[in-house]
Amino acid sequence: MAAIEGTALPTLLLVGVIAVGAAALVTGSYEFSRDRIEANRQARLLQSLNNVLAASGDAGALNLTRIDLNDPQLLGYDDPIDVYIVLDADRPRAAVFPVVAPDGYHAAIHLLIGVSADGVVTGVRVVDHRETPGLGDVIEAGKSDWILQFDGKSLMSPDRAQWAVEDDGGSFDSITSATVTARAVVGGVRRALEFYEARSAELSARAAERAEEEPVNE
Amino acid sequence: MSRVKVLVLGGLWRNNPALVQLLGLCPLLAVTTTLVNGLTLGLATLVVVATTNTIVSAMRRSLMPVVRIPLFVLIIASIVTCIDLLTSALLFDLHEILGLFIPLIITNCAILAQAETVASRRPVSESLLSGIATGLGFCGALVALGALRELVGQGTLFAGFDLLLGPWAVALRIDLPFEGMLVAVLPPGAFFGLAVVLALRNLVSARTGPSVRRMRAVPARRS
Repeated sequence: MAAIEGTALPTLLLVGVIAVGAAALVTGSYEFSRDRIEANRQARLLQSLNNVLAASGDAGALNLTRIDLNDPQLLGYDDPIDVYIVLDADRPRAAVFPVVAPDGYHAAIHLLIGVSADGVVTGVRVVDHRETPGLGDVIEAGKSDWILQFDGKSLMSPDRAQWAVEDDGGSFDSITSATVTARAVVGGVRRALEFYEARSAELSARAAERAEEEPVNE
Repeated sequence: MSRVKVLVLGGLWRNNPALVQLLGLCPLLAVTTTLVNGLTLGLATLVVVATTNTIVSAMRRSLMPVVRIPLFVLIIASIVTCIDLLTSALLFDLHEILGLFIPLIITNCAILAQAETVASRRPVSESLLSGIATGLGFCGALVALGALRELVGQGTLFAGFDLLLGPWAVALRIDLPFEGMLVAVLPPGAFFGLAVVLALRNLVSARTGPSVRRMRAVPARRS
């Protein structure tokens, strides 16, 4: 290298120029990207809300409000979660919230569930999981229709004792070679419905309160 | 053989960063479950290595050796951060899949090795050329392994190209008449797949003769 015998000055200048240049580059691309990334996230959120609300209409066109609430025992989260409430003339029509099935085969399975005001599942989607590819991953909506069997189900139909996979005498389809996965998801959905049943009054009240302050999608 | 030809052939084949130097294997093994994943990470790496080489080469005369490594890393990290942000803004769905591995390009030793052994010693044009050749060589290895694993693992090719090129690219997808062997997509399949690609490369090398002797005479650099 040529500069060994020279003074340190050129190198110092160079370090300065590079540092400033790097900072400018990163700042520039951050400024360029920030709004787009935010828009992408928002679109992704609305997309996933729509997926689980299929029967109840389009989340993008609905009055949505977000409240934080928690029930570690039923939902499996330590921190408050976002519950999205779809409002129809200030009355809740459906709620969307995440739930964790901690007993997946390899790790916890994260689900997003939509429940209509009368406690019927409007849709369930797997958000994140570590189940075995090719076996347990049929719980993904893109891989099979298995997850769609929850649509239209509630704690009344089938009744509570039937909320289990066929292998355990319940009324939900098992997954060949991935019974643990199926069992975990069914359990997670059941606990989500129990959560909604227990807290729906509170959710409605808080949603009405919040809706006046700040609707999410405006 | 001209210097240009040596540089280009070296990056692409003789000194291929992934298949001969065996550098950057972590992203190589992790992302190549499909062709589109491999291609995207390969292209990102190509951009990083070509730009880094150019910048490093341009400043090579006024650089004290003691500060070179931190500077290289600073340059590489800034470019990678930009690429990370830009893919997240423009190719959001793809970024969701590759998210973890784009920042990891920073730690790809193939890029640092290029800056250290080529860019800090040669003029800008040669460094840029070598960077592009090395990047293409790495990208080629990722594409080959991605294609192989996608083909064997799920019986498709070009699946998910719509994430990279837009909705029309769904039509590129080729479905083959078999289910696929799951193991190819799982982590062990990455190693089997790499072994196959390495073996094929060595086989072709052996067939072409002289280059293999030359390669043995000058063992690949490790860093």
